[in-house]
Amino acid sequence: MNAVLDVRGLGKTFGGFTALNGIALTVAPGERLGLVGPNGSGKSTFVNCIAGDFPDHAGVVLFRNRPLAGLKPHERARLGLSRTFQLPRPFRSLTVLENVTVPLRFSVPPLPVADARARARACLERVGLQDKAHSHPHSLTQVDLRKLELARALAPEPALLIADEVMAGLSHSEVDQILDLLFALNGDGTAVIMIEHVMRAITAFSQRLAVFVAGRKIVEGDPQTVLATPEVEAAYLGT
Amino acid sequence: MLDPVLIANAVVSGLLLGCLYAIASMGLAVSFGMLDVVNIAHPAMMVLASCVIAALCAPTGFDPLLAALLIAPVFGLLGAGLYRLYHLYFERRGDEAMQGLAFFFGLMIVIEVSLVLVYGADQRWVETGYGGLSLGLGPVGLPLRMLLPALMSLACIAALLLWLRRSFTGRAVAAVAQDRDALRFLGADPIRIKTVAFGLSVALAAIAGGCLIVVQPVDAHSGHVFIGRVLAVVILAGLGSLPGTLVAALVFGVIENVTATLFGPAWSPAVAFSLLLAVLALRPQGMFGRAHA
Amino acid sequence: MSRPLRLNVGLAAAGVALILILRLIDNDYAWYTGYVILQYVLLAVAWNILAGYSGYVNFGTAAFFAAGAYTTILLTKALNLDLLVCVLAAGLVSGALGLGMGWLTLRLRGVYFSIATLSLAVVLQTLVVNWPYAGGSSGAYTMRPQGYAVFGNYSEFLFVLMLVLALGGIAVAAGIERSRLGLGLATIRDDERAAAAAGVPTLRLKLIATAISGGMMGMAGAPLPYYASYLNPEAAFSLTHTINAMAMTLIGGTQGWVGPVIGATLLSTLQQGATVTISSAGNLLIVGGVLILFVMLAPKGILGLIRAWRGRGDTA
Repeated sequence: MNAVLDVRGLGKTFGGFTALNGIALTVAPGERLGLVGPNGSGKSTFVNCIAGDFPDHAGVVLFRNRPLAGLKPHERARLGLSRTFQLPRPFRSLTVLENVTVPLRFSVPPLPVADARARARACLERVGLQDKAHSHPHSLTQVDLRKLELARALAPEPALLIADEVMAGLSHSEVDQILDLLFALNGDGTAVIMIEHVMRAITAFSQRLAVFVAGRKIVEGDPQTVLATPEVEAAYLGT
Repeated sequence: MLDPVLIANAVVSGLLLGCLYAIASMGLAVSFGMLDVVNIAHPAMMVLASCVIAALCAPTGFDPLLAALLIAPVFGLLGAGLYRLYHLYFERRGDEAMQGLAFFFGLMIVIEVSLVLVYGADQRWVETGYGGLSLGLGPVGLPLRMLLPALMSLACIAALLLWLRRSFTGRAVAAVAQDRDALRFLGADPIRIKTVAFGLSVALAAIAGGCLIVVQPVDAHSGHVFIGRVLAVVILAGLGSLPGTLVAALVFGVIENVTATLFGPAWSPAVAFSLLLAVLALRPQGMFGRAHA
Repeated sequence: MSRPLRLNVGLAAAGVALILILRLIDNDYAWYTGYVILQYVLLAVAWNILAGYSGYVNFGTAAFFAAGAYTTILLTKALNLDLLVCVLAAGLVSGALGLGMGWLTLRLRGVYFSIATLSLAVVLQTLVVNWPYAGGSSGAYTMRPQGYAVFGNYSEFLFVLMLVLALGGIAVAAGIERSRLGLGLATIRDDERAAAAAGVPTLRLKLIATAISGGMMGMAGAPLPYYASYLNPEAAFSLTHTINAMAMTLIGGTQGWVGPVIGATLLSTLQQGATVTISSAGNLLIVGGVLILFVMLAPKGILGLIRAWRGRGDTA
């Protein structure tokens, strides 16, 4: 099996509450997977388990055939697993450019300062933030903050990017900008898991769609078929 | 060899001491545990109350425990005002982590040094009518100077628990500890609720101060060793669990008193802080509480 | 000349100038005063490596400082080692102390680290009080040599030693600010979770910072037994060291090494001047009060005030 991500029997409970239960999911190299579900269905818990924030989860997570158990978040990031946060979390005291150099300066082996800055500059150009390279995050608009978050995540050229609600609250044209960006990134070979409530973006982007409801994956398949299944309409779109 | 009567006495007076630690910790369990305001000046506030009570009672012969009940509302008001300042300058700015901690540390120093300047560095105490009396349970003695403060502590803790469970404001405080946003749905203002709760925690420091001055003489720096004790108790209990705080304080009193009996009192400060270090290293979520790391 | 080199040359020049000026004055009181001020410069710069650069508050300055002082006492007594060797050993001991402390508590939320450092001072002090070899609660005396190498008297030697340590501390702090370590610490201070997600080994960097900061505090304490000729636990573990290092840094500003240097120079010069007129308790009261005022009204310290004032000048 040559999946970039292979999740088997993933489960997580908080106290008595089961947030995730028996999740199985694979992502092929270069694939675009959509992940949808109502609020509280376990999507964010899923991301946090994969990224290493909850080391005490049940089940197995393989990343490029390597089990991730026991690896800390930064070790997973260095293996080529990038994630964004729902609310952008820029480094406030650093400039936009410095923000993007961070993953490059802390890769294994680290890039020298000059190379890291050059690569970061290229990333900023790609997301259209080159003019704001020397601004501080507090002066950025919401959409620019999302772009910065994406630039920081894609700078180390990850094998897998988990984009967690990067389009929430953005306007129609802003969604299109981010979508173009994700397509371009995917064109370079990065697999993308898109977690999103903006259905237009999900259907346009995903080659495959998985639906979480109450901590379980209820259905998975090609987007049109999945969205037409009665369970999905009842559990998700009906609300 | 170990003398069983000696040990029994150490355990019993450890339990009585534990009640004092419980009332000293209870206020911090509310502020640190429930409101997430790390008031490291709490023990200093307690010692401040002890000194004020000593100044009131030593010349007049007024009972220090009653005096504590009388000054508690004053301390409560001061605490409420203090929280407003803290909120305005630190919480709202998101500066709690460094500036907020430094603020309370500075406050602790200012309280201590002011006490030195006003009262001098000497120990202060209050003579009470029951100071020398003792109840006997077989070979085990229950000195009234420890028993009465212990009973008062337990009564105040019981009242606090009842208030948190039964009254609307009390339940709102408990809700704030769980989830700040939940309160908005109840139509309660979280800042007002936190102001009330923080005021209450400082009032509890005043009551603890009254108990303290009956149990032992106090000087300006008596708060130092209590920092370790109360933080250890509150964290050991799992932040914010009040029944857990009581149990942890009793356990703590016994451990400390037995250690002092066996190895000598010079080691007892280290007990508090070593236990605190051990708790932080091994089980930061405490014995009873939720993970808070 | 590159910026780091320029800074180091500047520091060396400032050091030489200070020595020359004090030589002109040449009295013991001047050397002593200079020593104390530089000791606080070093403590504040060290404290800021953890607090300012990575956002972790250390309440254990006195513990690291005293560990250094007692390393000197013990090594002198047991092996009769030279003070210079003791200084290095003190750096290692306090650095290891920081490492152990951090390893125990740096996985937790920052406030637990702060609480643990608060306990460290009391635990160590109790150990020393109950350890007769180290002098116990009554303290230990140190015999002071008459002179040392090229220095006119031992006071001058102690001053120059502390000067070298303080300038070295500044150079280290400035080096960290420019380095990968400094970048990593800044991301930890800003957002620890996002830092880890970007591949920053947060725990390791915090441990390195705690060890460096602790080691510098230990070195600041190492010459103390010779400075004072007599050391007891109360003086070595005094909370004054903790509150001073913290207040000086926060008053100066935490952004870089300049803030603590300004704060320490200003506050300890005032304190040295004031000891003649005000009691040490009154002194402490002022430090505590000023600390409270600054964290409330000027959270970015004097440097922040200067920047805001300059900024206003530019726009006007």
